Amino acid sequence: MNTAFDVLKHIMVPDHQIMSDEEVKTLLSTYDISLEQLPKIYHDDPAVKAIGGRLGDVIRIIRDSPTAGRAESYRLVIKRPKK
Amino acid sequence: MTSPKRVGKIEFGLLSPREIRKMSVRKIIWADTYDDDGFPYPQGLMDLHLGVIDPGLRCKTCDQKAAKCPGHFGHIELAKPVIHVGYTRLIRKLLRVTCRACSRLLLTAEEIEKVVGAEEGEHVPEVVSEKDVKKERVCPHCGEQQLKINFEKPTTFFEAWVEEGRKVEHKLTPADIRARLERIPDEDLRMLGINPDVARPEWTILTVLPVPPVTMRPSIILENGQRSEDDLTHKLVDIIRINQRFKENQDAGAPQLIIEDLWELLQYHVTTYLDNEVAGCPPARHRSGRPLKTLSQRLKGKEGRFRGSLSGKRVNFSARTVISPDPNLSISEVGVPLAIANKMTIPVRVTRYNIDELRRYILNGPERPTIRSPCGANYVIRPDNRRIRLAESNKETVAEMIEPGWTVERQVKDGDIVLFNRQPSLHRMSIMAHRVVVMEGKTFRLNPAVCPPYNADFDGDEMNLHIPQTEEARAEAEILISVQANILSPRTGGPIIGGIHDHVSGIFLLTHGTRWFTKEEVLYLLKHTPVEHLPPAEKEEDGRPLWTNKQVFSTILPEGLNMIFHASSCQNCETCRREQCERDAYVRIVDGRLVSGAIDKKAIGAFDGQILHRMIRQYGFRRAAQFIDDMTKLSIRAIMLDGFSFGIDDEDLTRTEYGQIDEVLKNAILDVERRIRIYNEGQLEPMPGRTLEETLEMQIMQVLGKARDRTGEIAGRHLGMNNSAVVMAVSGARGSMLNLTQMAGCLGQQSVRGERIMRGYEKRTLPHFKWNDLGAHAHGFITNSYKSGLSPTEFFFHAIGGREGLVDTAVRTSQSGYLQRRMINALQDLKVAYDGTVRTTGGRIIQFRYGEDGTDPARSSFGAPVDVKGIVESVLKEEV
Repeated sequence: MNTAFDVLKHIMVPDHQIMSDEEVKTLLSTYDISLEQLPKIYHDDPAVKAIGGRLGDVIRIIRDSPTAGRAESYRLVIKRPKK
Repeated sequence: MTSPKRVGKIEFGLLSPREIRKMSVRKIIWADTYDDDGFPYPQGLMDLHLGVIDPGLRCKTCDQKAAKCPGHFGHIELAKPVIHVGYTRLIRKLLRVTCRACSRLLLTAEEIEKVVGAEEGEHVPEVVSEKDVKKERVCPHCGEQQLKINFEKPTTFFEAWVEEGRKVEHKLTPADIRARLERIPDEDLRMLGINPDVARPEWTILTVLPVPPVTMRPSIILENGQRSEDDLTHKLVDIIRINQRFKENQDAGAPQLIIEDLWELLQYHVTTYLDNEVAGCPPARHRSGRPLKTLSQRLKGKEGRFRGSLSGKRVNFSARTVISPDPNLSISEVGVPLAIANKMTIPVRVTRYNIDELRRYILNGPERPTIRSPCGANYVIRPDNRRIRLAESNKETVAEMIEPGWTVERQVKDGDIVLFNRQPSLHRMSIMAHRVVVMEGKTFRLNPAVCPPYNADFDGDEMNLHIPQTEEARAEAEILISVQANILSPRTGGPIIGGIHDHVSGIFLLTHGTRWFTKEEVLYLLKHTPVEHLPPAEKEEDGRPLWTNKQVFSTILPEGLNMIFHASSCQNCETCRREQCERDAYVRIVDGRLVSGAIDKKAIGAFDGQILHRMIRQYGFRRAAQFIDDMTKLSIRAIMLDGFSFGIDDEDLTRTEYGQIDEVLKNAILDVERRIRIYNEGQLEPMPGRTLEETLEMQIMQVLGKARDRTGEIAGRHLGMNNSAVVMAVSGARGSMLNLTQMAGCLGQQSVRGERIMRGYEKRTLPHFKWNDLGAHAHGFITNSYKSGLSPTEFFFHAIGGREGLVDTAVRTSQSGYLQRRMINALQDLKVAYDGTVRTTGGRIIQFRYGEDGTDPARSSFGAPVDVKGIVESVLKEEV
């Protein structure tokens, strides 16, 4: 029996996807922002590790929302600072 | 969205002796300030090179007058180095991690790599910490045995070692420490997270002391002409005196003991100059015994430079006084005392169009005699920004002088928009914009319906008033923070302004059941509402037309309003009898006519206000505000029509009820005793997962709880709708049936942390009871009511239970206050951008859509963007 735990299958973990460079470009231009102005996520976040996100990637997170039905958010993978 | 300049980094460093000397314009050697002629000594603490504070004199450095000269630093050459108290921690750390002989970091290259990691090129601050170096090891570079470094507050360092079984300590002088710090190589410092280019560690030991400019420590001249120096100057005088004596002794070759004493004295003065509240150091005091306010005290704490002068400031154009209620005011108005209105002003630019009006204001002068008189003006500002104060003597001449381009500061008058605030300002409804009504008296007046958002009452509360000074500010105040724009709370999406207390009682008394009013009565009730036509009378009796109570209320409802809901008196019966409800709790409004049901807290109350909520969504804020005004006036009239009071005899029951209550309580206490007997005999069956004692406790609590409820029922049966307390409880105006049963029936079990009272003496709560008595009375059951009066032991238990509540509130408020402060500090600069994203001032995105759905909670229907049920019901005119 495989005892490995897959965080992505947990009921409380929303859908994480790595965005393509093309998608990131449109995202940045829709909001008229630079990469640094995106919300962040650490490279060692369990969900990021599970989908194989690397430093500099942008992750799309799709949540079920009680008020909006579906809510998308985007996060830039950064290195976790020490301590 | 990017700001034009971005801060790349901020670098913090230490001032080096060289820099201190470089920025100094004068070496200070004299401890004196002014000579007998009141002129500053050259090279004294008030030297003219350091800047000037006296008007007329010119600075010898920049040649500017007092108003323009920013001040310049000087310096004092210290006879011997002293430690800067702010850096003792850093000094201790550096002494502990470096060698006492060669001053290298006490780690080998391999050990460093182990801690720092193999990664190269990344700048990580503070890589090696004190814990990475083992205590009292041998130096890996020169082989020197290290000694323990002891630190004694505030500024003394010792080297300690064991010699022949005895502990030996040797004091390190600041000069010794400085020498050791000087030798630490730059590379080792980088390992410790110190950038040696801007912060060499030896700079933490002062050899030169900067003297701040006089503009930072101005002397003041007292009424008797005497000069009084600033605390900092006093402290600098002390430092220079000791420094001077130290130098003389040193040059004369004084014995080591005296030198050390002076050195320590100098250290003390420099320490207290920097921080007069260091642990282990008696604070330097003024002659009067007041501790001096030195450098660090100027910055620290609530009244310090950061929290007191930069984050928070005091404002002009504001007023504060006690508040009192006035139900005749609109909710959007505020009554302002004449005395305040005469002092508060609004600047008005003079133009061709308003010059005549403004001239009249000026001629009215600065003293408005009555609240009816037109407003005056207090100041006139000329185009060159010079202010002219208006007085009776000059008003005619000034009125002649004004022309377009001038500004007149006219007094506040009726209809002006002002901001009204009550602390603590916990949410945005704590500051709202009202319209001024100038009134007699000395208090601010407000409609009691706006008390809930401010959380105000009239037991001595004070509130603040601010006068917006520009057109933009007034427009913003009116559109965004007027009272009517804040009827809906962003917290719940429901109304927060509405009827309270007597409004609810009054409107309930008016609308409950069916009553018939004569024309005189109807007109009395509707006297203060803007009703122009009465509806046709429902029936006629003895040739006199009669109107129903529901008709009277319907006159203030807008046409076409359809609503169906349950009033707060609704008991949630299994099968709702709708219009036939015996409590009249089924409220049905069809086409703006109240068909059935009593209007109470659910309909017009400050936190539920269903009618209000519907009205805002259907007719807008202005109509809702109008409704609140009409409703408050109608309800006050309604409660005055019959009168409403409560007295001690309203808690009276008949002899039969008292007998029943006694019976119930007696039985309950016997039941408790029976259960205790079973427990003592060991016959008690424990409940699953509980001990015997817990089971017994739960049973007793249950029996006694039931008994209290029974007494409540008995009392409630006697007290009907003719009792004012019942009316208040049923309509939701104030109090509950529980409060009533505690007054008339029995107080019931007192508890601490949800359990019967167990604490007190050994094996018993009070000395009045036997040891191990488990009975109802011995653990805080109160059979008496507030009316019948408590026995001494009951009174004591009641006090115990009451105290717990007080402690809880005290703890809760302090905790939630701090939580609130931290949250506000974190969120205060976020705003919703025009594209719906939530961003920081730097344009960084926090949310891609505000609250995920982009809904403003203050414009929502209890959180939902659309009130579907309400709309459907309003169309069908039926409950769905």
